[in-house]
Amino acid sequence: MKIKEIKDLLGAQLLCGEENLDHEVYSACCSDMMSDVLAYVKDQGVLLTGLVNPQVIRTASMMDMICIVFVRDKCPTEEMVELSRESGIVVLSSSLRAYEACGLLYHSGLRGSQGETHV
Amino acid sequence: MSEVLKFHFDVDGENFSSAGEASVVMKKKLRQLGFSPEVMRRVSIAMYEGEINMVIHANGGTADVLVSDDEIEIILSDSGPGIPDIALAMQEGYSTATDNVRALGFGAGMGLPNMRKYTDYMNIDTKVGVGTTVTMKVKVQ
Repeated sequence: MKIKEIKDLLGAQLLCGEENLDHEVYSACCSDMMSDVLAYVKDQGVLLTGLVNPQVIRTASMMDMICIVFVRDKCPTEEMVELSRESGIVVLSSSLRAYEACGLLYHSGLRGSQGETHV
Repeated sequence: MSEVLKFHFDVDGENFSSAGEASVVMKKKLRQLGFSPEVMRRVSIAMYEGEINMVIHANGGTADVLVSDDEIEIILSDSGPGIPDIALAMQEGYSTATDNVRALGFGAGMGLPNMRKYTDYMNIDTKVGVGTTVTMKVKVQ
């Protein structure tokens, strides 16, 4: 799925990374716990979260993620947006709740990584 | 690269927002040096978890990274409270982090286990009331 399709499906606002909207992603995860993202996620391009602090961007960057979706109208600070821009990460903000956003993406074919936990 | 490249970072313990800056810089350096995405990812995640730990538990510290052709060594040192029971601290899910830290998305008790998972070697040298030094190595395939 292209990132621009995610943006359209979630009715999301684009905050940065327009040049990467045509980037193809194959899986996603959703968590407010960055510890879990660092521990359990592998090869996932998209992170959906309701947590707003710079560690969300750094965690996504460490995990080589290309897109972050802030749900429930959460809006990152300008510092966070700049950090994302430097890392080439697309940042979207959606008014949907996490459950609904995940459901829409899953239903449209964007899946998780089926419990992959190893390096 | 014939000689060992050395990188030094001071990790600020006062500001949680800046935690992880050293890992971001190190990842960029490794990319410039031409290391594979997998090596970059393993080094930067392990170092990032370590940085977060130093900020959460030890009021900061230092990070030194030694880069050679066949191995990357990360040495994280702090003068924090030390770890009374390493075996317990290594258990997945065990954490002494405060609710305040959990609200920021960390403190799930996965930091040290994750550092071990992403590296080929890890040693913890700690003394209660004195501090902790964590040494990790990632082999370059």
